[in-house]
Amino acid sequence: MSVELDVFVGNTTIMDKEVYQLWLNGYTVNDAVKVRIEGGVMEECEASAEVLLSDTMDQFRTFQMCERLLQNPAKLANQLLFQIPPDRQAMLIERYYAFDDAFVREVLGKKLSKGTKKDLDDVSAKTGITLKSCRRQFDNFKRVFKVVEELKGPLVENIKQHFLLPDQLARDYAAIVFFANNRFETGKKKLQYLTFQDFAFCAGQLINYWTVGAVDNMVEDMDVDLDKEFLQDLKDLKILITDKDLLDQHKSLVCVALRGKTKVFNEMEANFKNLSRGLVNIAAKLTNTKDVRDFFIDLVEKFIEPCKSDKWTSTDVNLYLTHYTNSAHILDTFKHQTVWTRYMGVIKSCILRMYHE
Amino acid sequence: MPGKLKAKIVAGRHLPVMDRASDLTDAFVEVKFGNTTFKTDVYPKSLNPQWNSEWFKFEVDDEDLQDEPLQITVLDHDTYSANDAIGKVYIDIDPLLSSEAATVISGWFPIYDTIHGIRGEINVLVKVDLFNDLNRFRQSSCGVKFFCTTSIPRCYRAVMVHGFVEELVVNEDPEYQWIDRIRTPRASNEARQRLISLMSGELQRKIGLKVLEMGGNAVVGYLQCFDLEGESGLVVRAIGTACTLDKISNTYAPASAINPCNSSPSKDTKDSPQAVPSALGCRSTHSSPVHSASSRLSQGFSVSVPTLLFAGMGSGGSAGKEAGPLKALLRQQTQSALEQREFPFFTLTSFPAGFLLHVGGVVSARSVKLLDRIHNPALGNTRSYKLLDWNSFTADEPETRDAWWEEIRQEIKSHAKALGCHAVVGYSESTSICEEVCILSASGTAAVLSSRFMQDGALDMDHRFEDLAPPGCGFCHIPYDELNMPFPAQLTYCHCCRRFKVPDVLFTTIDLPTEANVTGKGCLIQARLCRTKKKAQGEGNATAISNLLPFLEYELHTQLMNKLKLRSMNALFGLRIQISIGENMLLGLASATGVYLTPLPSPGGIQIAGKTPSDITYEQHISNMQKKINDTIAKNKELYEVNPPELVEEVIGSPIPEPRQRSRLFRSHSESSDEVSELDLSHGKKDAFVLEIDDTDAVEDIHSLLTDAPTPPGFYSCNTEIMPGIYNWTSALQMFTSVRVFRLSNVNLTNQGLNKVFNDLCENLLKSLYFKLRSMVPCCLCHLNFTVAVPEDELIQVAVTAVAMSFDKEQTLENGRQSCDKTLMKAITENEEQLQFPLELTAESSSNPLSSAKGLSEVSGALPSARAPSVDYSSFTDRCSSWIEQLRLKAHTIRRGSIKTMSSLEKASPLPEGRSRSLRSNRSYAGGSVAVVKMTPLSFIPGTKIIKYLGIINMFFIRETTSLREEGGVSGFLHSFIAEVFAMVRAHVAALGGNAVVSYSMKECVFMENPNKNQAQCLINVSGDAVIFVRESELEATPPQPQSASTQTSSSGEGT
Repeated sequence: MSVELDVFVGNTTIMDKEVYQLWLNGYTVNDAVKVRIEGGVMEECEASAEVLLSDTMDQFRTFQMCERLLQNPAKLANQLLFQIPPDRQAMLIERYYAFDDAFVREVLGKKLSKGTKKDLDDVSAKTGITLKSCRRQFDNFKRVFKVVEELKGPLVENIKQHFLLPDQLARDYAAIVFFANNRFETGKKKLQYLTFQDFAFCAGQLINYWTVGAVDNMVEDMDVDLDKEFLQDLKDLKILITDKDLLDQHKSLVCVALRGKTKVFNEMEANFKNLSRGLVNIAAKLTNTKDVRDFFIDLVEKFIEPCKSDKWTSTDVNLYLTHYTNSAHILDTFKHQTVWTRYMGVIKSCILRMYHE
Repeated sequence: MPGKLKAKIVAGRHLPVMDRASDLTDAFVEVKFGNTTFKTDVYPKSLNPQWNSEWFKFEVDDEDLQDEPLQITVLDHDTYSANDAIGKVYIDIDPLLSSEAATVISGWFPIYDTIHGIRGEINVLVKVDLFNDLNRFRQSSCGVKFFCTTSIPRCYRAVMVHGFVEELVVNEDPEYQWIDRIRTPRASNEARQRLISLMSGELQRKIGLKVLEMGGNAVVGYLQCFDLEGESGLVVRAIGTACTLDKISNTYAPASAINPCNSSPSKDTKDSPQAVPSALGCRSTHSSPVHSASSRLSQGFSVSVPTLLFAGMGSGGSAGKEAGPLKALLRQQTQSALEQREFPFFTLTSFPAGFLLHVGGVVSARSVKLLDRIHNPALGNTRSYKLLDWNSFTADEPETRDAWWEEIRQEIKSHAKALGCHAVVGYSESTSICEEVCILSASGTAAVLSSRFMQDGALDMDHRFEDLAPPGCGFCHIPYDELNMPFPAQLTYCHCCRRFKVPDVLFTTIDLPTEANVTGKGCLIQARLCRTKKKAQGEGNATAISNLLPFLEYELHTQLMNKLKLRSMNALFGLRIQISIGENMLLGLASATGVYLTPLPSPGGIQIAGKTPSDITYEQHISNMQKKINDTIAKNKELYEVNPPELVEEVIGSPIPEPRQRSRLFRSHSESSDEVSELDLSHGKKDAFVLEIDDTDAVEDIHSLLTDAPTPPGFYSCNTEIMPGIYNWTSALQMFTSVRVFRLSNVNLTNQGLNKVFNDLCENLLKSLYFKLRSMVPCCLCHLNFTVAVPEDELIQVAVTAVAMSFDKEQTLENGRQSCDKTLMKAITENEEQLQFPLELTAESSSNPLSSAKGLSEVSGALPSARAPSVDYSSFTDRCSSWIEQLRLKAHTIRRGSIKTMSSLEKASPLPEGRSRSLRSNRSYAGGSVAVVKMTPLSFIPGTKIIKYLGIINMFFIRETTSLREEGGVSGFLHSFIAEVFAMVRAHVAALGGNAVVSYSMKECVFMENPNKNQAQCLINVSGDAVIFVRESELEATPPQPQSASTQTSSSGEGT
């Protein structure tokens, strides 16, 4: 004896946030029921496990039917099948596109290809996130990527408009798209300490200052591709380390400015040339796609690690980078002020964000 | 050529990909009406085509306009092969034919395919230009308004209630035609959908004609049903109540004009003291003899012979010596109004004030019929002809079916008569079909009606015979003669007016009258029963079923009665008994809303008696059970706030010489309360109901009594329109449909086991509903209507459609009263008519010498006249003490009464003309991208006013799949289908310019599956009234503005 068919359809589609989250997390119906029972909803509402099972199945089915629409959120608003109040629609979309930090760290900067998708079971095993949920998150990344890839205009705005996401989430997606497009390496051991939000912040900086869109806002891929001309121009910065006079002059200017203001002055003075070479070399190499990918690892190796081993505080780093940037402007033989500002502005904020004490 | 239909195809969106190569679609549209077809251009390579077509014009007869739907087919153009159909939209243009309904249909419609479901949407504009047609012999009935609502629609006033209209049409079911073997499922489904659409159009038109003939302009309580008889065909039948309605904004001649000479013949039933009413009655019959269709009745179905059955009703003279003649006079008056009708039936469940005088009890009749294929003379090659012309059904088919219904209706009529009633209200008909056996059922509530709304030209004198009972209790007074009671019942004096007799229990199929005096809250009461039956064929099967029916019904009644008593209540409203037949079982489900009617005596408890009192443990068992029951009763009293005011008991000399004891004379009425002797009349003490535990039935009864789980805190439920005791509804509203199918294992189940399964199924379903809707607490599930079916051998299907409405818990009754008071003045001025009645009452009664005296002389207990308190109370000082009690009660009554009236006014009171004009045009409701459309099975939406009825929604859909697993199994399949049906209903309402469907119901949900073949099919029929409502708050805020185009129709066209 069994219930063969069991459906409940409301004129206004009933959706329980808690159950929705369980569905998004990729639970099976039975697991979800267990979680709900543990959550105490039964005592609260005098329900039996049977009732809970029926409700969970029903809602899971509803979500499944909605999933097609959620994948194209603009449709959700003008479809006729489900009558869902606007605030609910926003909630559904936001949660559907939400992702786990642990998951995104695994795929950030990877190509959003079938190959990567195949490896998701490893990701699932590693992060403890269900495979189903991993797939949804991955597919979301890929879907957003595909859509915005071909669009003109600002990346964040495009994502907001096409996927009806709130600002913060749209920015995160912009970062994911940006990373996937440029294939930045984020998975190396040395980068493990960085959170997704660290990278998202850096991506925001890069998008705002280093892409084509920073100059011209009506080009295709404007926010996804780095500004080639700018990267080319970065080569000119090499003079800062190749010209001996310039390097010395730069160093003395920075030292004058910092003397007495930091506890790690000596270490700084001793390391100045190394650090400066590191940063300028990163700039000079960015025309190579390969080196672009290593951008973050380079920042860590060439700058953050040396500073860490000398026990610099964030304040020290901030002070140093400020004066390092500003001093270059005083160098009368240094002609590439604009490029320098554009480069160092981003580098400084990225390093500060990535510098965890 | 009286009409021009114009259609324009604007655009499509979200179309499916039809060309895999390009991932796009080359869509075009065919627009078809009757035999004329137009096509749009192909809009290449797009999923969101913009056709923006010209206006396609169809010049048609209005007869066709009523019958035919506009058929829109979206196709994918294919250069090399046949064009692929994407899907269809059927648009019923009937709403455009009435001058008061919608003027244009415009909006996005889901494109529906019977195999794939909804596939995108299409934007369509439809208009109709009607030319005046002076031909009196026309076949169309354009302009007659149809309402599913079973009360007078909220923005109308009933000028006259003409009475019962019915019609049925019959055709072959395309699913069973030979051609079905060679055509695709899609073609077959579409043929069926189209046929049913045509048939319902035709049916509506024919009913409309009858209404026009009677001089009416509307059908209220329109109930249309399908009987899928399988091989023997398809019957579409409808019943309704013909009325003449007036738009309430119109200035109408006040019905108040009292003719002074008419006011003297005063009395009516009320004044005859002996006619003290009583009565619960349930009469019910089964025409058990199997009538196979072969016994054709010669009677033509449309012949409306006025039968003079009521002539004998002068026997009302036995009711009271003095009042006799008067009463007879009254009856004759009303009778003559009713006599004009073949059947004095009304599908209404709630009534204009003063219309319903007395309620006798439930009357029902069932008949088992054998569907016989022989009756389809269309055999062989004639079928192919029929296929081409749906309308040419064979003439004798409807005759047979009509004769069947006629029989049943006669039966109902005679039951009503036996209850001393001349009319049947809350009338409905239904069928259950299994293979070739069909049960026809009809039920209603026997009642005595005022002639007020029933006679031509009666308006100016309609108050003459107005029943002058206090509105809160009058309807409870027995209409029949207590010396000649139709069934054993125990009568007491009305606890409100103390003048007339009331029965101890009252069962009805109608809604609780708004003015009724009720103590506490109500609750849903269900009796469920399942009985096994041997598999049989043909006549044997039919005989077996008819033999089982009386027992089934008897037990259902017993269960209802037990459960009612367990809740300490004394009346049932909205009683609906459904009996479904399957191959090897019979299912019975009775649902009703129990209430405590203040005028009726308090029910006694339930006493359990053992037959073998020898054993001590046995006694203990019984006393345990008794204790449990008593506890439950006490708990329920608290839960439903049933605390009837204690009355000073008066010894009433019962005029009944000898109460019939333990006489269960009538088939299937289960009142056993007659076991109480005369001396036990005092209500508090009696334990009228004795359950003997040895009886297996009783064990079952007790079991089911105690297994009914109470509703969780914060929840109430009822199957009627309103829940007594709850007034402060918020606007939170959730309509839902839930369907469950339960598979019984192969184990041979006993009746008892089966019963438990069925009971659990219903209980669990309810529990699930409560759980689902827990976020709406405190809330009430209203119009909770269950439909049971036995789709296959071992399947039980239960479907529920209801609405959950939140109410304000903080606001108690008192607060609700206050808020009502605020609107009182406004309500009064807005709806004079409501008040006229009571005002006249007092005026009339004080001037009437007959009014009070006679009642008092007869009754030893001396009940003061309820009618004119100011006069009577002052003149009988010696009875002060009891009167103070009475006065208090009275005051209580009046207060309560006014609350109810007002709360209903709030919802219903008509708009003054200026207001309704001030409303913004329909289109402005489309806020956001998709306009919200509310749906409710009730006739109103709390906190709002319905300002316009846009027409009836009556839709029939078929969905089929050959990939059941891929669609998520049976649940996935049905879930999406129901969601699709909702979506299509909403889209049609929105296109008519509406923002809600009221009186929505799902009348049919036939689900068939074949999991082995990965197939399933489902048919759904839904109906309701499309309306425009406005929030009351908005209404106040909106200043009057010039009338907008969409609400132009202020003149209540007679429709003719």
